[in-house]
Amino acid sequence: MSESIFLLPDVGEGLVEAEIVAWKVAVGDVVTLNQPLVDIETAKATVELPSPYAGTVTALHGAVGDVMVVGAPLVVIETGAQSATASPSTPAAPDAAPASVGAGRTPVLVGYGVAEDDAVVTRRRRRVAPVEKAPAPVVASVTASRPTRSTPPVRLYAKQHGVDINTVTGTGRDGLITRGDVERSIAGASAPATSRAPETTTRFVGRELESWSTGPLEERIPVRGVLRSMADAMVQSAFGAPHAAVWVRVEATGTVALLEGLRGRPGLAGVRLSPLTIVALAVCDAARHFPGLNSSFDAPAQEVVVRRRVNLGIAANTPRGLIVPNIKGADTLDLRAMAVAINELVDVARAGTTTPEAMLHTTLSITNVGPFAVDGAVPILPPGTGAIIAVGQVAKRPWVVGDDVVARPTVDLSMSFDHRQIDGALASAAIAHIGRFITDPAAAIIGG
Amino acid sequence: MISDELVQLLTPEGERIAHPEYASDLGHEEILGLYRDMVIVRRLCNESTSLQRQGQLALWAPLQGQEAAQIGAGRALAPMDFSFPSYREHGVAWTRGVPPRDMLRIFRATTTGGWDPQQYRHSLPMVVLGDQTLHAVGYAMGVQRDGADEAVMTFFGDGASSQGDVLESFVWAASFNAPVVFVLQNNQWAISEPTSLQTKIPLYHRAHGFGFPGVRVDGNDVLAMYEVAKRALDNARAGGGPTLIEAYTYRMGAHTTSDDPTRYRVDAEVEVWRHRDPIERVKALLAREYGVHKATFDEVAAEAEQLALQLREDVLAMDAPDPTMMFDHVYAEAHPLVEAGRREMIELGIGGSH
Repeated sequence: MSESIFLLPDVGEGLVEAEIVAWKVAVGDVVTLNQPLVDIETAKATVELPSPYAGTVTALHGAVGDVMVVGAPLVVIETGAQSATASPSTPAAPDAAPASVGAGRTPVLVGYGVAEDDAVVTRRRRRVAPVEKAPAPVVASVTASRPTRSTPPVRLYAKQHGVDINTVTGTGRDGLITRGDVERSIAGASAPATSRAPETTTRFVGRELESWSTGPLEERIPVRGVLRSMADAMVQSAFGAPHAAVWVRVEATGTVALLEGLRGRPGLAGVRLSPLTIVALAVCDAARHFPGLNSSFDAPAQEVVVRRRVNLGIAANTPRGLIVPNIKGADTLDLRAMAVAINELVDVARAGTTTPEAMLHTTLSITNVGPFAVDGAVPILPPGTGAIIAVGQVAKRPWVVGDDVVARPTVDLSMSFDHRQIDGALASAAIAHIGRFITDPAAAIIGG
Repeated sequence: MISDELVQLLTPEGERIAHPEYASDLGHEEILGLYRDMVIVRRLCNESTSLQRQGQLALWAPLQGQEAAQIGAGRALAPMDFSFPSYREHGVAWTRGVPPRDMLRIFRATTTGGWDPQQYRHSLPMVVLGDQTLHAVGYAMGVQRDGADEAVMTFFGDGASSQGDVLESFVWAASFNAPVVFVLQNNQWAISEPTSLQTKIPLYHRAHGFGFPGVRVDGNDVLAMYEVAKRALDNARAGGGPTLIEAYTYRMGAHTTSDDPTRYRVDAEVEVWRHRDPIERVKALLAREYGVHKATFDEVAAEAEQLALQLREDVLAMDAPDPTMMFDHVYAEAHPLVEAGRREMIELGIGGSH
């Protein structure tokens, strides 16, 4: 006897998740080949999944209403030794918890989508180019070694300039690496002094909106997937945890100089560095000095939980929407390891392959709003965390040195915290500590 | 020339009816053969849908409801005739002898083809809407120039009938009196767009405007489809030029596995067509007129089941190809730019050694 695991397949040419609508079998049921197991709802359709194996159901993953990631285990079936033919999907995939990831991706069926709640089609939606997705016949392993996305001319350009395209962060649509990204990489502009907000975007709640002139006067978009998880988390946090905020503007000369000095070092070849790298180190350092920062309020237990390990959440703006995956044990990482971990987290998020596990058990978070060309933000806490730090753009601003006003790179840092257990004094001390780290990272590293 | 009558020789209840122009002279064995074809392609189609739902195919375009239109037309083809399908014509491919596993290769994305078109006289599935009609007319013009005793048949849908390519192919076919039969399977829905929004007149009327005959057939009546298609092919071979056959049918399932028809059409409509099932009426005819017993039907079902299991086994055994394979047949001969692309892909570690 052997166990065969049925992984949630992509049933619609580029889908990333599906919601369980109804189970048609229970643990212990004997099922035949192609017997309906479960109804799932994707962004495109509600479909019935037939069993790829004959045998006895030994485990069902996810409850009705749970959103499952494509590639996650769905059903485990104990098969007889004789049914060895049907073993396409028995990888050693980790037991992924149901998670609210992805969705809102506009249907990519050939042709036009249809109006929700409208039996007769009266208007057309924008035709959306299919997303890159290897239509993998074998349902296992959706995250493994995904090739970097770019276009042949840009690849060539990168190659001609000796840039490893795999180290470039794409800023184009769906993380596509553009010529500009490569140029920035060549210029070593990992810390752009001036960020630029996009002049226009029709991207909203994980989909492409029609333009102001061609779209319908009113459009209703179902709350699903990433949008739903963001909405749930924000409501839970905003109305469950009393927020307060502190902020500070600090000189970033030391950070800018440090990044400049590290650029091009052989030991850091291929590693993208940015002010976020330094802020991440600073936040972990602040947690070490002010452990109360890395805490959460467990209301049902009436306990405050202090954790001596930082799982550092990094808010990532992905094509599917906002997600906050975390770096486990970030407080144990040195500069290089931190940079590598951030790069990987961002690349995986942009590729849409963030695992549910990567989003669990965040203790402390950073939201880096600098790339959007704003100075700061007052963020809402991810549920179950005590503090979140927002980092604005690093830019030259008037700065008072002695009695003179000079131009210096500065950055605004703000921190929202759960005022049930963290008070203003602790928060202020912690943000000031992070600020000092940014201003003079060398001093902080040697023992500050 | 324009007849509003639907050519039907067998009612949904399985009773023969007379038509002034067409009559079926197929016998017991031949009708049982058509029945077997339809049962098998439906069963293979169900298995393919399951394989897609299990993550084994990237996509599948089901043919349920259109078995008679495809089997009737496909069986009317002579061995040396050439057919040009769209992407849903698995039934036609079956009549041409294409092994079912080869039909699924492209849907598993293990090839950009699947079979040798010359071997089966059946071209590869065309996904670009309506393109195949131009290929068919061009081929038919070649047949004319060869002086060959062959006809050409091409398949497309009501959605494709709105495409410029299809209308251009009508112009060329008419101008050159090409030996081509256009089989328009009007399954009522172009994905989510109903036929009523695409045309203000019955689609077969369009042929008249181009200068060749059009005929509407009950696409769920395999006997009528066979007779009308056969006469149109004979006419083409005899120099009579093109014919448009509108097979009036219904897509019982989704457009493809990526589609959810419940979002745009009502169950009542599907229910109406369920009573016009193309297989049930032939089964009723066989039982009543030829005394075919349950044992025979069971045999056919068992054969279909066996073929479905074989298909599953064949599909699961298909390995992913080297991605650089896609460069293999872009041009007939090696092309420096294509070769550069292949090399670059290998350097990037995406493809293997080739």
